[in-house]
Amino acid sequence: MKFVDEFRDPSTAKALLREVTACLDQLGATEQNPVQVMEVCGGHTHSIFRYALKDLVPKSLEFVHGPGCPVCVLPMGRVDDCIAIAQRPEVIFTTFGDAMRVPGSKLSLLQARANGADVRMVYSPLDALSLAQQHPDREVVFFGLGFETTMPSTAMTVLEAKRRGLKNFSLFCNHITIVPTIKAVLDSPGMRIDGFIGPGHVAMVTGSAPFRFIAERYHRPLVISGFEPNDILQSLWMVLRQLLEKRPRVENQYARLVDPDGNRVGMQAIAEVFELREFFEWRGLGSIDHSGVRMRAPYAAFDAERKFTVPNAKIADPKSCQCGEVIKGVLKPQQCKVFGKACTPRTPLGALMVSSEGACAAYYQYSTHAVEEVA
Amino acid sequence: MNAVAKPRAVDHWRDQHITLAHGAGGRAMRELIEEVIVPAFDNGLLAPLEDQARIAGSLLGHGESLAFTTDSFVVSPLRFPGGDIGRLAVCGTVNDLAVGGAVPKHLSCALILEEGLPVETLREVLASMARAAEEAGVSIVTGDTKVVERGAADGLFITTAGIGAIPAGRDTGPRMVRPGDKLIVNGTLGDHGIAVMAARNDLALQIPVQSDAAPLNGLVEAMFAAAPGLRWLRDATRGGLATITNEFAREGRFGIVLDEAAIPVADAVRGACEILGFDILYLANEGKLAALVPAEEADGLLAAMRSHPLGRNAAVVGEVHAERPGLVTMRSRFGGERVVDLLLGEQLPRIC
Repeated sequence: MKFVDEFRDPSTAKALLREVTACLDQLGATEQNPVQVMEVCGGHTHSIFRYALKDLVPKSLEFVHGPGCPVCVLPMGRVDDCIAIAQRPEVIFTTFGDAMRVPGSKLSLLQARANGADVRMVYSPLDALSLAQQHPDREVVFFGLGFETTMPSTAMTVLEAKRRGLKNFSLFCNHITIVPTIKAVLDSPGMRIDGFIGPGHVAMVTGSAPFRFIAERYHRPLVISGFEPNDILQSLWMVLRQLLEKRPRVENQYARLVDPDGNRVGMQAIAEVFELREFFEWRGLGSIDHSGVRMRAPYAAFDAERKFTVPNAKIADPKSCQCGEVIKGVLKPQQCKVFGKACTPRTPLGALMVSSEGACAAYYQYSTHAVEEVA
Repeated sequence: MNAVAKPRAVDHWRDQHITLAHGAGGRAMRELIEEVIVPAFDNGLLAPLEDQARIAGSLLGHGESLAFTTDSFVVSPLRFPGGDIGRLAVCGTVNDLAVGGAVPKHLSCALILEEGLPVETLREVLASMARAAEEAGVSIVTGDTKVVERGAADGLFITTAGIGAIPAGRDTGPRMVRPGDKLIVNGTLGDHGIAVMAARNDLALQIPVQSDAAPLNGLVEAMFAAAPGLRWLRDATRGGLATITNEFAREGRFGIVLDEAAIPVADAVRGACEILGFDILYLANEGKLAALVPAEEADGLLAAMRSHPLGRNAAVVGEVHAERPGLVTMRSRFGGERVVDLLLGEQLPRIC
């Protein structure tokens, strides 16, 4: 299939793997003392497992699976807030499908729907606007979730709601921004990451400038990467070459999609509708300054947090959960005390087991070794 | 059976929509059954309208076993490219019999109709059931009709049950399977799941895919003729190939390795999966089966399947191993190997 198979060509992969192996040898990396590369984005994590890249690269390279799965890092308290809104009789609560299963402290949205809440899956925030127009007697709430990748479409939807003069549409805003979180990981004690595979779809919106501090202040390479297996192998090779050259910088492997200046229209819409929150709570990582956005005052009428009172309770992650250590690369998923035992994709305790893009869920679902080690 | 066009010519049915009266046991119900339902299925066993079909003589020859199955159908929408709920209701039950090695004989049909259902829709569904039954060579010999108030069902639900005869000497099941056996499918996977989702407009994509809904009993007979040693057959409906291979592996306590490059997939289905992030292995089929067969019979079986219209794209897609019992893995096109587990959480609702 065109535009797919060429990025999954095994012979290209073999050539890239040879280069990766040569770089690792030159760097003196060993299984005991591996080079650690973090893929920030959950989409990369999923590809690494789906194509078993983890098993194809030498053992002297370790992938560290980053915090870039917005479904995973949503704290339980926010899910509880969603459910409180969804359970109001006048509300039609709309969401992308992957948020349906995320557990709150008592229920997921899927369970809330079974209990009678009107929760509907949509494929675009514009579907939620159509619902608002079809049901003028109901309040339609859209569950806005994700990094800069999905922010423009949510922002555009709010602008469109304003243009159409809709009074019964609002956004429950849980958008988060990746850069402060990468910084938090880099600042954390025990951090061992040598370089980054950067989030291609976030960069498509933001451009490469927001990532420069990683090279300039923390002296770590970052390569903005596509999501096909050969994209990831090429990006890995580019990171390793930067390490060899000892010249960390931001490079763009995903040039077929990512403009270094980003998407101006998208960024303008984001800036018009959203402003940074002082802090936002992340599941597994705790509170991180300036890591979330909320709606600006002129759009308050479309802000579900202002329109409806929500419990806004802070609910601690389970004590046994070691997601924070896994995200920082200190532990591998299967080294967590509860992996595959108390914490499985069916009964997730921790953030990383929640969505198929979470490192632990991917590990559990795709990795033969993980299954054997636990069984 | 040429019942498809016949009822129109003989009945005087005037009602446009199903009402609660059509399920009340009185005159309206009798008219619905006699003028719409029975003529559609048109056969001597159904016509007497007793509370049961009376099947004379012995259903089973010497050494044969009786196979008996049932299935319910709640697909939304009722019609989709390549089929409708009626075709599914016949094919689903016929296939459940056929993959047990049975020759399907007779089906029952229980209808739950929602008040307000257009009678024309019911006629179309019944005609579609009659066509599918004719294709499969089975007759619909008994049934039941209920009407529920508006909102208590979604148009039309169907339950079919079926009986068939398993010829003497056919013995399939997990205990027959041996390491080295080959796993064969009869064609492209995922067509039904994507066709129904596209018809529901869930995807907001125009995807040129037809459901594969088809009765597989003819193909299965050709398979047994070519490979009498067939070990185990399943139809890959809800949960797709991933689910049945996991059932194979768990019940038989052996490992299965799938070969991604060998799995037949239509380009349009693959494209839809790439865009939407679905895994083809979990998509539903309504005319696809997977068979485990001794390695030495695999080539002959494959040739026989490919010469049958419902097996033209048949392919060997995996192999049974003694190692890692209970586990299904897949060698990716890319060279790595990954676990193929049972589907987690909810499935896409109401695809059959």
